[in-house]
Amino acid sequence: MRHTLDMRVSPYAYVAPFFLLFCAFGLFPLVYTAWVSLHEWTLLSETQEFIGLGNYTTLLGDSYFWNATFNTLSIGILSTVPQLALAIWLAHLLNRRLRFQTLFRVALLLPNVTSVVAVVVIFSQLFGRDFGLINWILSWFGVGHIDWAAGTATSHVALSVMIMWRWTGYNALIFLAAMQAVPRDLYEAATLDGASSFTQLRRITIPMIRPTIIFVVIVSTIGAMQIIAEPMLFGQSSGSGGGIATGGPDRQFQTLALFVYEQGFANSTFDFGYASAASWLMFVAVVIVAGINFLITRRMKGGLV
Amino acid sequence: MAPRIRRLGLPLLTASVLALATACGGGGEGTAAESSAKPGEKIKLTVDLFGDFGFQPLYEEYKKTHPNIEIVENVTQFNDHHSNLVKRLATNAGAGDVVAVEVGYISTFTAQPGKFVDLKQYGLDKRQSEYLDWKWQQGLSKDGQQVLGLGTDVGGLAMCYRKDLFKKAGLPDDRDKVSALWPTWEDYIEIGKKFAAANVPGAKFVDSPGEIFRAMVNQAPVGLYDEQDNIIVETNPEVKKAWDLSNRLTQEGLTAKLAAFSPPWNTGFAKGSFATIICPAWMTGFIQEQAKDSAGKWDIAAVPGGSGNSGGSHLMVPKQSKHPKEAAELIDFLTSKENQAKVFKEEGTFPSIPSLYDDPSIQNFTKPFFGDAPIGKIYSDAAKALKPQHLGPKEADVRTVIGNGLGRVEQGKQTPDEAWAQVLQDVKKIK
Repeated sequence: MRHTLDMRVSPYAYVAPFFLLFCAFGLFPLVYTAWVSLHEWTLLSETQEFIGLGNYTTLLGDSYFWNATFNTLSIGILSTVPQLALAIWLAHLLNRRLRFQTLFRVALLLPNVTSVVAVVVIFSQLFGRDFGLINWILSWFGVGHIDWAAGTATSHVALSVMIMWRWTGYNALIFLAAMQAVPRDLYEAATLDGASSFTQLRRITIPMIRPTIIFVVIVSTIGAMQIIAEPMLFGQSSGSGGGIATGGPDRQFQTLALFVYEQGFANSTFDFGYASAASWLMFVAVVIVAGINFLITRRMKGGLV
Repeated sequence: MAPRIRRLGLPLLTASVLALATACGGGGEGTAAESSAKPGEKIKLTVDLFGDFGFQPLYEEYKKTHPNIEIVENVTQFNDHHSNLVKRLATNAGAGDVVAVEVGYISTFTAQPGKFVDLKQYGLDKRQSEYLDWKWQQGLSKDGQQVLGLGTDVGGLAMCYRKDLFKKAGLPDDRDKVSALWPTWEDYIEIGKKFAAANVPGAKFVDSPGEIFRAMVNQAPVGLYDEQDNIIVETNPEVKKAWDLSNRLTQEGLTAKLAAFSPPWNTGFAKGSFATIICPAWMTGFIQEQAKDSAGKWDIAAVPGGSGNSGGSHLMVPKQSKHPKEAAELIDFLTSKENQAKVFKEEGTFPSIPSLYDDPSIQNFTKPFFGDAPIGKIYSDAAKALKPQHLGPKEADVRTVIGNGLGRVEQGKQTPDEAWAQVLQDVKKIK
């Protein structure tokens, strides 16, 4: 009797710590944020007035919110698509017998362990308008000085480069791990049949690692939807002007997460209610975009998953 | 104090910790008699600042007479410093024993008298007679009953300019002649056009319109707020005038488009990218630090448009401090007449104690970096001529909104009229 009870209960006991922590630091904030979002709630006020969906209706009519949504999607696409393509290609290059294999793999991870502050400060200098390295190189080709942080498209490109710099290697390592599980004889057979390296990548590697691709796409999408540190630091170190969290004076690179931060923490109103409503809409947006990407990747060449 | 201090290559958040000698062993013997604290009782005071206030030598001095006090200084970037303070007051944890508050935020905090220690309790109201009256008033609670903050410095206005660039542009470079060039801001713009016409390579007339706008508004009798704390950006003609003049700098192509306090702006100092910059007293220390190689090239002239104040700070003690008495004593020391004079000579931040203004050691004080300009006299005159302006609780937010508008015009995103319309909308959203 005792034995069966043990068998039935102990698995739950083993997973309980995670769920307790998740409830405290994941579920509770999520639910509490929803509750806060239904109120006129600021950090400094003593009372909070219940206003139902008032914050949400204001938000849906707030052009700055939609601007931030557009920026998030734009930076997300610009950074994620080339990043994953590059990561697969890098992993493919490393997925063979090489000298100094470990060295290359560690090198891939290095940008990821660099502090994001350092990355953005350095890249802001590279993308500098007057004395930046990139503008200097472009000037060889007759391109005039680009004010990277000032333009909408140019600032999105600059930010995407920073994001790619940090995450491409990391994703390449995940792809590499998956690629190493692909049976070698498939490649040997393909080589005998005269398939080129690119054909092998396209016809063998990618179909075989599709579950990993789906995983990486989803995780990258979620990450891209929540970008905040890069645009915030870029705004401060690029000299584009603007408030601490406005993403440039024209909000040209303010992302959703940065918008939430601006409303909740960066002005002296500390409008938690409004920021909470924005976080919930952001949460919904993340679920929708991740869902769409899941469907797209699953349909790639007939679902394997 | 410089409102924002960010340096190239340094992490955005720096914490500088002052190592203090412990008062044990032989060193303590000589001073132990002067200390009122019980032997062995150690007190750690945290001082939260948003830039280098030049306090380090003062701490060293203070610990000689107070061996039981350990002082730790935390320096955070300007915006973070003030928003952190709001959060820490709201959550009742984490604030320093002594906190600096810049003038743009002072009304935000004096509006919450319950969160700060009334320094009257510790007898600091005795300092009132020493201070500039308006500076003293700014540190009081709204009803005037509580003393919440003691002033450190005031930011009387002047205009710093590069002599070498002026010479290259064929303009006079003597400070009196330069002052005579621009009695008004319109004259300043005209000189800017002459400077631009001379095509000095790599140099624009001014860094960016943001701080100029702030200065112009500060020169007006009434600024962004009326006495009843209503935002009057839309109705105050002085604000619109300052807006139009600032945008004219952009439209005439006179600005280097370098947002103040950003890393490229710091580089601009070193490279000589702009010939003039609005120069509240604390800015002189900043220029000296940023443009080390250009000693002797900078000079200081009168500001166009009359006197005004930009910047300056107060020191306050949050109620959550465990050692309010010791913190109040430290504030008394840091803001004392002698120490304000010392800090001015080192850092350029100008005292808020008027009896110093006629003191020969201040009056005759010159700085070789600025071509031996009589900065003591210049800023004394500026501070004496100051007319105080009422500041509202969301002063900083309003300024950010307007700064964004000026930025949009500068970056060619909007016409001044479009930007102004958006500014007015944004201002209405400030609760």
